[in-house]
Amino acid sequence: MTAYLADVATLARKDLRLELRTRNTVPAMLLFVVAALVVFHFALPAGSSELAAKGLLWVAIVFTALLGLTRAFVAEREQRLIDGLLLAPCDRSAIWLAKSVAVLGFLVVAEVVALPAFALFFSGIDGATVAGVALADLGICAVGTVLAAMAVAGRARELLLPLLFLPLAIPVVVGGVGASVTGHPGRYLGFLALYDAVFAIISWASFEYVVTE
Amino acid sequence: MLAALAAGLLCAAIALIFFYAPVDADQGLSQKIFYFHVPIAFTAYACFGWGAWKALLVLWKRKPGADQESYVAIHQGVIFGALTLITGSIWAKISWGVWWTWSERQLVLFLVLFLFYCAYFMLRFSVEPGPQRENLCAVYALFGVVLIPVSFLAIRLAENFIHPTVFTSRGPQMATSQFATFCVALAAMIALAGTLYRVELLGKRLDARLRELRELLT
Amino acid sequence: MSVSEKYVAAAYLVVFAFVVVYLAIMALKLTRLEREVGELTELARRRMNG
Repeated sequence: MTAYLADVATLARKDLRLELRTRNTVPAMLLFVVAALVVFHFALPAGSSELAAKGLLWVAIVFTALLGLTRAFVAEREQRLIDGLLLAPCDRSAIWLAKSVAVLGFLVVAEVVALPAFALFFSGIDGATVAGVALADLGICAVGTVLAAMAVAGRARELLLPLLFLPLAIPVVVGGVGASVTGHPGRYLGFLALYDAVFAIISWASFEYVVTE
Repeated sequence: MLAALAAGLLCAAIALIFFYAPVDADQGLSQKIFYFHVPIAFTAYACFGWGAWKALLVLWKRKPGADQESYVAIHQGVIFGALTLITGSIWAKISWGVWWTWSERQLVLFLVLFLFYCAYFMLRFSVEPGPQRENLCAVYALFGVVLIPVSFLAIRLAENFIHPTVFTSRGPQMATSQFATFCVALAAMIALAGTLYRVELLGKRLDARLRELRELLT
Repeated sequence: MSVSEKYVAAAYLVVFAFVVVYLAIMALKLTRLEREVGELTELARRRMNG
């Protein structure tokens, strides 16, 4: 078990360090999420409720996550690193966990900027929203990593990932918006936790099959 | 043989629907659509389930034909899913005067699943045929079958904050004669799906074998 | 026919249309397969004789 976690830590550290050095993905995600929020301001006609804006926050998060996920396996594919990774004497699912953790890190950094920006442009963020964002992030990264690995195997990978990801993101949006908007966030946070648990398990179990050739 | 059964059941179903089952007091003739719409929906679910089962066989037992069977099953599921959406839309038009409503849970669920399984085809056709494609499609099919209950829950939860439901939907609380008709229609649809599935599989296998023959001869 | 009857008929027609289109596609496929079998039989015959 500790060896497994050590593998995960090593792989995750590799991705994070790579990102720190090349600064490819996170700045783009930051800029994207702020730009999206500005677009949303112009997309909401006068008299739109504050709740509509909260809903759009979740749209911004999903698409920013997509941006990060699209970059997730690109480096591996481009430099054939994936073969090296697969030869490494670690459980394939450790690759999944490490990659999810890395993408989660990028997404959290983007949200640390996005949530205050949202509070600035639109309305305040309450605890339920933050909890919702945290739970949603887990599910998005778990599922997204598997789908990103699938998409990378085909042609047209940047086109394919959004198609694969969006239907699976719908329950996350429902949970998140419900937590932000209604008076009973508990139910929605519980649902998000359920989504996370269920999809994390099948992602963890199936990742091995996705990367074998 | 299955084709004969399907044809027979379909005829029986249609006969029963129009001659036997009483006209519904509330909805009148439009309720007759239920007899097709709901069995088609069930059949679509059954196809997705069957596809997921075959996908499991691909990953777990490595059965050789399972990938193709999974693909054909999901293909059938998408066809019946599209039919569900169309018949559901027509029913909505009759019942409430609109072609689409977000308050009808089953329809919304089907829309989400339809999107998901259409993406299945995008995935399948963007990867070169081979063991990796089989694995990817199988994993995706399994994700799909997990998505069905999760989406259903999500849609139910979403109703609390999406537009308030103006339309109420009547569940099928049916009299026995109606229920019997419904069962026959359901059996007919499943038989139809099974027949189409067999036919399509046969066509694909023949194709593959002919290709092999051609390679052997040239 | 009343309006709702028309719609019911339309719904059933749609289902019927789908099935018929499917049959047509299958028929096309079968004709193509038959043609291929013919070509391959010709090829095999040539192989046997030549």
